[in-house]
Amino acid sequence: MTTTIRRRERPSVAASRDGGRRGLLSRLRQDWWIYLFLLPTVLGYGAYTVYPLLASWWFAFLDWPGFATAGTFVGVENFERLIGDDLFWNAFWNSIVFLVFAVPLRVGLALVLALVLNRKKTPFKGFFRTLFFLPVVTTGAIVGVVFTLLLDASGPVSLALVWSGLIDSPANFAANAGTSLYAGIAVWVWKWLGITLIYWLAALQTIPQVVHEAAMIDGAGAWAEFRHVTMPLLVPFLVIITLIDTVAAFNVFDLMQTLTGGGPSFSSEVIEIFIFRTAFQATVPQLGYASAAAVLFGLLTMAFAIAQALGMRWARGRTGAA
Amino acid sequence: MTAATRTGVTWRARLFRRPSPGQVVTVVLLLVLGGLWIYPFAWLVSASLKSSPEIFGRGLDLLPEQPVWENYARAWTEVGFATYFVNTLVITVGTVLLVVVRSALAGYVLGRYDFAGKKLLIGVFLVTFFLPEGYTIIPITQLTDQLSLLNTHAGVILGLGAGGQIASTLLYAGYFRRLPKELEETARLDGAGHFTIFFRVMLPLAWPITATVVILTFLYAWNVYLLPLVFTLSEPGLRTLAVGMTVFVGERGTDWSGMAAAAVISLIPVIAVFVVLQRKFVDSIAGAVKQ
Repeated sequence: MTTTIRRRERPSVAASRDGGRRGLLSRLRQDWWIYLFLLPTVLGYGAYTVYPLLASWWFAFLDWPGFATAGTFVGVENFERLIGDDLFWNAFWNSIVFLVFAVPLRVGLALVLALVLNRKKTPFKGFFRTLFFLPVVTTGAIVGVVFTLLLDASGPVSLALVWSGLIDSPANFAANAGTSLYAGIAVWVWKWLGITLIYWLAALQTIPQVVHEAAMIDGAGAWAEFRHVTMPLLVPFLVIITLIDTVAAFNVFDLMQTLTGGGPSFSSEVIEIFIFRTAFQATVPQLGYASAAAVLFGLLTMAFAIAQALGMRWARGRTGAA
Repeated sequence: MTAATRTGVTWRARLFRRPSPGQVVTVVLLLVLGGLWIYPFAWLVSASLKSSPEIFGRGLDLLPEQPVWENYARAWTEVGFATYFVNTLVITVGTVLLVVVRSALAGYVLGRYDFAGKKLLIGVFLVTFFLPEGYTIIPITQLTDQLSLLNTHAGVILGLGAGGQIASTLLYAGYFRRLPKELEETARLDGAGHFTIFFRVMLPLAWPITATVVILTFLYAWNVYLLPLVFTLSEPGLRTLAVGMTVFVGERGTDWSGMAAAAVISLIPVIAVFVVLQRKFVDSIAGAVKQ
């Protein structure tokens, strides 16, 4: 009757109390209901997450012109073609440029705002927090469409810039090959800044008020306090927030597809748009080729995640030692 | 909240003491930045009430000459946003239910019990935590096609809710782990079985987590774009609001005011839910990160 409760403790303890190690089979029989509870997750997760993870690798070795047909095995041909495909590398580098500009901008700007909004003296804190959070809840694809209008050469952004003298003649930054990727970055930061702001505010709440008071008594100015007291305490959060935002920067299909569609002339095509276009928009779908691109994309994401996980371990070790 | 009133009082006290120049600069900068954040929404609402030529013809003037409510009627009935709205609602509700049930069940046993295979399961969760959607879309489409669920609501719901969503499972597991074990002991003495205990005792106790999971999943399912787009490429009647919006651009590219009205229709539900549950939203996200 109480065996299930007891089993919550360490297995070894439970085993000794039962007067001997229970066999795996009897454990499985007794825990049948646990597996029943897990069934929906195991089935769903197996089919919709684990299977896609593995199947992509298989698909990447196929010549596969559509879901209705069976693919033929072609070995590493897809990868060979990808390596020689300028459009793939264009998309690859666009994704990297996006990441390199957008993530520091989003993380840094959000930190500055969080520091301001965390100060006791700042008025209307709740109001500003809500305001900056508003775009976070909106639909990325719709934000993209709306910004095509806002950024139109005769739209408000262009008019305001001309009126203030920052540009000479009306311009559409989303439709210019030199600026389209950066227009996407700007809109992305606008849309997602609020959530990073909330992360930072949550991080700042973990710093006790006593620390701030101690710094004041020591006569530290605002900058000195930030540099020598707040910042070292924030380093572990910096790593995790950067990781979350980096992964987010790899999921920008909705915004970029609707804002620029990857254009003009592929200037803002990120990897996801490349995959989507190759798999679903070509007259003859190239599912194997797109899968090969997806696999390389997955490896890239994983490399960034691992690098940052290592960074996190390093940061933890450092603060632990200090 | 006491914290809010306290800061309100100090702020008022400071006003009488005359704010320092640094403070004035901070507030002015915040207001300018805040203006950049609110302007697109103001412009969108204004554009949805103008006629199409008026949108780009009147400079920065936000007020329409005369509100054109007809834009909304056109987007709703003629373009089909009524259908898109219902589709989005069905898909969102289905996904939220699926995710809540599935993650609560799994989170409960993961948080409170040891069983063979637990480490393996958690290992798989961690490895797949950051899988980008661009990576999984082709196999998921192929699987849905095999199951003959392409072009159905069920296919989209399963695609969105059956896999992934690890954060929800971990949130439940973390919460259930902290509940005292006497809860089960007492219930068991009353003769309750595993399922009664879960549905009558545990799940009701976990309502704060359920609220968080509902909010996060609602946001995700309402706003998602890639998967519904791919799943409805050959079935226009199944489009969601996000997908319908981009079709609007392709098919009626110059009906800007109709487009703006459609965008307002699509965004109103999320923004309304956000405004009502604001504090819960922010706490959910902050809480999920701290975990």
